[in-house]
Amino acid sequence: MFDHSFFPAAKHGPTADGYFGEFGGKFIPEALTAAVDEVAAEYERAKVDPAFTTEFEHLLAHYAGRPTALTEVPRFAERAGGARVFLKREDLNHTGSHKISNVLGQVLLTKRMGKSRVIAETGAGSHGVATATAAALMGLECVVYMGEVDMARQALNVARMELLGATVIPVKSGSRTLKDAINETFRDWVANVETTHYVFGTVAGPHPFPAMIRDFQRVIGVEARTQLLDRTGRQPDAIIACVGGGSNAIGLFHPFLDTTARLIGCEAAGHGLTTDKHAASLSAGEPGILHGSRSYVLQDDEGQITEAHSISAGLDYPGIGPEHAHLHTTGRAEYRPVTDTAAMRAFRLLAVTEGIIPAIESAHALAGALEVGAELGPDGLLLVSLSGRGDKDMDTATRYFSGATA
Amino acid sequence: MTGNLDLLTATLAKTRAEGRAALIGGLPAGFPTVDGGVTALRAILDSGADIIEVGLPHSDPILDGPVIQTAVDQALRDGTRIADVLHTVRETHAATGKPVLVMSYWNPIDRYGVARFCAELAEAGGAGCILPDLPVQESAHWREHATAHHLATVFVVAPSNTDARLREVTAATTGFVYASALMGVTGARPTLSTSAATLVERLRRGTDLPICVGIGISTPAQAAQAATFADGVIVASALVQTLLDTPTDPTAPRRLTTALATALHQT
Ligand SMILES: Cc1ncc(COP(=O)(O)O)c(C=O)c1O
Repeated sequence: MFDHSFFPAAKHGPTADGYFGEFGGKFIPEALTAAVDEVAAEYERAKVDPAFTTEFEHLLAHYAGRPTALTEVPRFAERAGGARVFLKREDLNHTGSHKISNVLGQVLLTKRMGKSRVIAETGAGSHGVATATAAALMGLECVVYMGEVDMARQALNVARMELLGATVIPVKSGSRTLKDAINETFRDWVANVETTHYVFGTVAGPHPFPAMIRDFQRVIGVEARTQLLDRTGRQPDAIIACVGGGSNAIGLFHPFLDTTARLIGCEAAGHGLTTDKHAASLSAGEPGILHGSRSYVLQDDEGQITEAHSISAGLDYPGIGPEHAHLHTTGRAEYRPVTDTAAMRAFRLLAVTEGIIPAIESAHALAGALEVGAELGPDGLLLVSLSGRGDKDMDTATRYFSGATA
Repeated sequence: MTGNLDLLTATLAKTRAEGRAALIGGLPAGFPTVDGGVTALRAILDSGADIIEVGLPHSDPILDGPVIQTAVDQALRDGTRIADVLHTVRETHAATGKPVLVMSYWNPIDRYGVARFCAELAEAGGAGCILPDLPVQESAHWREHATAHHLATVFVVAPSNTDARLREVTAATTGFVYASALMGVTGARPTLSTSAATLVERLRRGTDLPICVGIGISTPAQAAQAATFADGVIVASALVQTLLDTPTDPTAPRRLTTALATALHQT
């Protein structure tokens, strides 16, 4: 059913020590060195082990529900300069977002390493729900760390994780959002590393997480490339995805790196880049180290990480994966800021024109598509990642559209 | 001006000659205030500590538990800057003549500039830096400047490190080796982990550097126990806790320090 090309050759990096150009690496306490090296070694063995790839593909097909559909959205596209717009429907995965593919890969790895407990951070709750789900499936103990602010705005996902048997621990330190949830998950890992694997949720963190998670998510782009070619007979002009840490974006972009398609990541611009309430690490940040790798981060002049803001919990993060920092630096990919307002307009537009309620994260990519479509005009062909569904966001959306501000 | 690596080395040689472990006390700079912190650090040195570790407050202290997080959050909310950290080092060293190290996560130093940070730390009379999240394979640039300025480079090793990794890290270390007593973040624990003695024993096979044990040591009894196998004992969270308990008195750590020092002199 799949070719194995979602485990790519080394050509696009990283180097053996985890660098994409000048970004990446392994900036971790020594207490985690052995565990991170074990993950890297086990992953190298697993990706060339047919038993692993077969089981991974089996779960993707018969548990997650892959391949996901590619949906053309002509009524939405009328507002996008008349360009043709196709959505890669990651929202149709089991658990409602792209996060499940990465998690299935990592829980299989957890089993191979003989560990019995998984921990995860979550922002929107999508990654937490996916991890709780896979842990239930595999009989693993599961603990999810979630910022208090996010627990309030994503209450539905908290209830789902708990029903699935996971323990959700509120994080009250710092920004009380995704950044601090990651800090707390690292602290748990340091103390419990013997029994526990940290199922990191995005393509950030120390090597090998950015490369491994990219490979697990690469299936998005591998499928979309074939599907779009079948339907249109050509490659897209632009490929658009939202970027929190960047896993759905890199998964979609990566199989197109060697094409001429424009790769466009949409960062959360919150209230706008002229304010301090945004999460646009590439557009407004600078190189620095956060959560184990060198990348772009939002920070002050003395290297203190500053708080991000986005209406979308999944994009509310002051960092970004190192491979995106590299693609930004080389110019192979472009990154645009999308404000809360633009995202919410696109959120509603997709609902009323196509009958699809997107996650607010994904709505940032839709807003980007409206802009890019207008730039390309009617001859344009756009491939857009619909990374997740919007059920979890109904509270936020209802409050937003009733005039209350988030 | 050159840094005080030699003073650090001499201090550890002296305590070893006295047949006891050194007491290393620590607090983040800017806590409870910048001046209050200097008063507290002087009180710690005056009541029996041999060496001081000044924390450079960071927004994302992933190797710290709730007590140090609370202190660091307060220091950052009050606007503590790197200049305040250097001021704390200078005042503490000038008042006591004892070695003062900085403990910092890597991003603040990376952003400040390694060359500038080393020059200013040496100029302030600092003895070196404890670097809990700078991996040895990324440390060449730091070590070049630290060496030039006579500053110690101290990594924090852990029970989970392989023997090969311990050798790699200690080969790049100067001053002393910081051995984490347990697998976990800073903060008090009911007992001293058995992994501490094993780690120190493994380290001894590969290095002649003094080995100091920290993380999870808070009581005189734990310090005395660690002193039976280590060259130094590092206590920070428990000292911070005394200041959280008595926020109006910056000399609050005095009583605990005296008890810790007494325990180390008796072993
Ligand atoms: C639906 C959805 N899309 C996107 C993201 C952002 O993550 P990433 O950038 O890793 O794809 C999240 C994160 O929680 C999410 O839930």
